[in-house]
Amino acid sequence: MSGHAREISMALAGPLGSFSLDVDFKMPMRGITALFGPSGCGKTTILRCMAGLQRLPGHFIVGEETWQDSARGIFVRTHQRPIGYVFQEASLFQHLSVRQNLMFGARRAGDAPADDALSFDGIVDLLGIGHLLDRSPAALSGGERQRVAVGRALLSRPRILLMDEPLSALDRMTKEEILPYFERLHKSLAMPIVYVTHDIGEVARLADTMVLLDKGRVVASGPLAELQTDPSLPLIAAPEAAVMIEGRVDSIDEVYALTSFAVPGGVLIVPGRQGAKGVVRRLRIAASDVSFTRTAATDTTILNCLPARVVSVDGHANEAQVNIVAALGGDGKGARIAARITRKSLDALTLAPGTPVFAQIKSVALVK
Amino acid sequence: MGELNLAELWSPIRLTIELAFVTTILLLVIGTPLAWWLARSKARWKEAVATVVAMPLVLPPTVLGFYLLLLLGPNGPGGVIAGLYGARTLAFTFSGLVIGSVLYSMPFVVQPIRNAFEAFGDRPLEVAATLRASPWDTFWSVAVPLARPGFMSGAILGFAHTIGEFGVILMIGGNIPGQTKVLSVAIYDYVETQQWTQAHILSAGMVVFSFAVILATMTLGKRFGQSGR
Repeated sequence: MSGHAREISMALAGPLGSFSLDVDFKMPMRGITALFGPSGCGKTTILRCMAGLQRLPGHFIVGEETWQDSARGIFVRTHQRPIGYVFQEASLFQHLSVRQNLMFGARRAGDAPADDALSFDGIVDLLGIGHLLDRSPAALSGGERQRVAVGRALLSRPRILLMDEPLSALDRMTKEEILPYFERLHKSLAMPIVYVTHDIGEVARLADTMVLLDKGRVVASGPLAELQTDPSLPLIAAPEAAVMIEGRVDSIDEVYALTSFAVPGGVLIVPGRQGAKGVVRRLRIAASDVSFTRTAATDTTILNCLPARVVSVDGHANEAQVNIVAALGGDGKGARIAARITRKSLDALTLAPGTPVFAQIKSVALVK
Repeated sequence: MGELNLAELWSPIRLTIELAFVTTILLLVIGTPLAWWLARSKARWKEAVATVVAMPLVLPPTVLGFYLLLLLGPNGPGGVIAGLYGARTLAFTFSGLVIGSVLYSMPFVVQPIRNAFEAFGDRPLEVAATLRASPWDTFWSVAVPLARPGFMSGAILGFAHTIGEFGVILMIGGNIPGQTKVLSVAIYDYVETQQWTQAHILSAGMVVFSFAVILATMTLGKRFGQSGR
């Protein structure tokens, strides 16, 4: 498997309920890859096969380690794969305390050198579960249980962390309480994370790479921003369509309390003091917050008016709204954004691929 | 009216407790893997095995005793085994009683343990596997502790049921003091010979014992039922 040592390769084919699963995709060895799709699309089955909990013909290769290759008769059993797995429900061992739960995998992981981020204290600190160690799992809230489950998985010193809809059993408030911890994981851990979800909001906040699934097939896979602005994919037509852009803090306007982020092809202004110069944050631009003008508007309350070029226009002739992808920058080579405008405006401004425009962005949200 | 002889009264009690103790230990040793297999196997014929295990619940003890007598007797496999150490038969011996009791009390031990193994489902076992625990390791560190209430009630029921056994023992054990004359047989004997005092002492003792056992099982069940979740 030389030459592809820095990636994860997964292929599976087999029956799955009423249809068949047939997938073949690659993921980077870094960051969070979201397996995204509707319920029953096969994403959980894929994750279970990665863990060896389920077996379908195919292969699963992580860097230089082959954990399954049906063609060569290789199948490493679950307990021999250095994985961490977080289930939908926390599934803590009820007969053990929180500390014993955390130590369950750690004790069995052998003496692999634990770096600081993966030490017991490091993990407990990262997840904020220090005050829970001597409690019984029954005495924890749903959010606390899931954090302990994540810690337990990490303490088994995995090469890869697999998370199966870890937030879907929790209410909105608890989700908001946990997401920051997941973002910290993302920032401080080098290991790849595969994150199964059907919530595009979680994808937007956490994922770097996305594998889009439907009915047991891979519809598309690649960097998140690319997939979000691909007019051939359903994401752009979804009601909550949005684009994530990585921005670097460029300057802070102390008088008006505004932060300027440098993004490919322009500068975006976000209210508030959002960190020191050079800090990288993830910005979210909703398609419904973007509008266009042909000339630079000077008398507008909208702060972000950036030169851009239309990349694509998609919509049905009898519908009110169309989806537009535009690239920031006068040359149209910057970050891509998605916009939803009416067909009437499209015709009034005669927008077409290549048209130079000014993108007015009503609001830019920081997602992390 | 016989004279009250404490040694004579004590002998069947001691023998009964010995029998119940040995039987319960053997049942836990045999019943645990059997219950595990019944709870987890996907074999189609496993319900047939479960049925065989449960049959002593409905069969008249005399039927079980009759077949055991044939199996353990000089002309059955039990006789062959007994021949290995110079005996003639396993029937009418303590070993024979143990074999009979194990079969007779099997459902009372296997069923609660099987239920307990089934109650927690696959998830804890999958979690253990993702945390590097081998199947053997998982069985001891996860499955058995989680099924503890099942083991408790299985052991208590198996023990108590063996103590109350009569029909099977009468068929295969007979009435040899110190070897096969257990409590229930002794009570029967005392009644037959109109030794009412002795029968009263043993019978009342059994009533108290049964009450205590059932109460203990129910309290245990309640306690674990609450803290289980």
